[in-house]
Amino acid sequence: MPKLVSHPDEVKIVTRRFGQGAANIGKYIELGGYEAVKKCIAQGPEWIINEMKASNLRGRGGAGFSTGMKWSFVPKQSAKPKYVLVNGDESEPGTCKDHLIFLHDPHSVIEGTIIAGLAIGAKTGFIYLRGEYRYLLEIVEKAVADAYERGFLGKNIFGSGNDFDIITQSGAGAYEVGEESALMESLEGKRGVPRIKPPFPAVVGLYGGPTIINNAETIATVPHVIAMGAEAYSAVGTPRNGGTRLFGVSGHVERPGIYELPMGYNLKKMIYDVAGGVRGGRKLKAVVPGGSSTPVLLPDEIETLGMDFDQVGKAGSMLGSGGVVVIDDQTCIVEFALRTISFYQHESCGWCIPCREGTDWLKKSLTRFHAGFGAASDIDNIQYLAENMLGRTFCPLGDAAAMPTIAFVKKFRKEFEDHLNGKPCPFAKHVELTVV
Amino acid sequence: MSGETMSIFSPRLAARFDALVKKYPVKRSALVPMLLYAQDEVGYLSDAVIAEVAERIGITELDVRNVATYYSMLRFKPAGRYNIQVCTNISCMLRGAYPLLERFQEELGIGHKGVTSDGVFSLEEVECIGACCWAPAIQVNYDFHDDLTPDHVPGILKTYRSKAEGAEGTAAHA
Repeated sequence: MPKLVSHPDEVKIVTRRFGQGAANIGKYIELGGYEAVKKCIAQGPEWIINEMKASNLRGRGGAGFSTGMKWSFVPKQSAKPKYVLVNGDESEPGTCKDHLIFLHDPHSVIEGTIIAGLAIGAKTGFIYLRGEYRYLLEIVEKAVADAYERGFLGKNIFGSGNDFDIITQSGAGAYEVGEESALMESLEGKRGVPRIKPPFPAVVGLYGGPTIINNAETIATVPHVIAMGAEAYSAVGTPRNGGTRLFGVSGHVERPGIYELPMGYNLKKMIYDVAGGVRGGRKLKAVVPGGSSTPVLLPDEIETLGMDFDQVGKAGSMLGSGGVVVIDDQTCIVEFALRTISFYQHESCGWCIPCREGTDWLKKSLTRFHAGFGAASDIDNIQYLAENMLGRTFCPLGDAAAMPTIAFVKKFRKEFEDHLNGKPCPFAKHVELTVV
Repeated sequence: MSGETMSIFSPRLAARFDALVKKYPVKRSALVPMLLYAQDEVGYLSDAVIAEVAERIGITELDVRNVATYYSMLRFKPAGRYNIQVCTNISCMLRGAYPLLERFQEELGIGHKGVTSDGVFSLEEVECIGACCWAPAIQVNYDFHDDLTPDHVPGILKTYRSKAEGAEGTAAHA
């Protein structure tokens, strides 16, 4: 069972019901659940979308797009049914926040889905979980069945005259399916390859109908935004970055875990105070701030860095999925880069040539390089190859592989050079810490 | 396919599939979960599984294969009763996933995608399983085990080995 952690600096909004048995519908209601959806039924779609816009809630999957704006793009009239699609394919290395949401608070996802449906005029919502999350899918399915039993789902929900159904879905192992158009393909029973945009899903999405796709954390946040009010929620974060985030601190820290902190929280403090600092009293070498696809940051880049979409963007990286991976000074960055690119090579769906070939050649080059058989020109070649993948693929997987690679080479060139001329890796084989 | 037709699946799973194809606006949406649930029961996607799934959805076997080969959890040959999946992605790697994987290899005498001769265990090095903050983590079939060291390995194997012995003679697959 994943361990729950806590720190005084946390602002518990999305996580406030964690560890209290709220997967039980009675407990969820006792803790204030399903009140937000009633408020939304009373206020109507336009009010919901305005609240979401005013809350400055931005997509927690990684792109950071305004949730309210996304919902407002769905046409009011549509010949085809509209859909809400909740993305619980959570597969970005370093990211495990949705895992805890499904485990501890599945009804918040259901309530958020209903609210999203009311906002855009959809009658059906899908909750898609990655195939590995079977035990979580069972928890969500039980929660959905309980919600049906209470009349919160199905015909005439809450006696409002609205119908709303939720269908749960299991994936079967694919990172790429976390990309929204590939997710729709998978849900339609196909290979998870991306679709060309435009048309955007808000216009032509699942089964050709207007569709909004939101990350599970975003959807789980929605009822809280409604319950506390957009203004109060927005005030927790920084300008244009409303509320809190579930930061998952992993790697070489004393107290890894999921911490809910206000947007804009200082990254250095997050590592040293909240997560207890670098394990075993070692020195910090680098931080991956938002999941494996985000460019690595050096210790001097995090001194004053506030963790919100705009500040991390300005620092040359991305807030991404909020998965903070901490790397100590005994770690070989070339090996870390190789492990990162191996993942993207494995997960590339093969649809676009720059991604399919690029990730494969990067993996080959880095494997050879880490083994000590690299040439000096390889360093530039790795960077050149990665730079030529950027922006040349249908979906962001190509960028997700290229961006961190470029940063590793640029920021740790010396370490790449130290692997030249048949020299063994200057760091021990693999990067485990002996338990202290 | 109606419930009465000959099915290679257990009556319970066949009934579940009858319901599953009606759940979605489009029948084919049932394909990916159906393949996974079929694999859970049969152990892998055999020719017979693919044929029956194709018939139930109303698509060709080639269509089914095209989709099935995309997803990393789906396999075309048997795994062990307990498939041990060791995540070695970055967060797990930093906290000792490779020594953990090596210990599993030593204890079981098999490598990546290997199956023990008694068919009880198989081993796989896998990508991120979404347990980064509790690393290093593994999954045995769908069960998570987290915050592990190599010293945990014998105990984990013992637990599942005795489960396998207890289940001997009952179901063919877990």
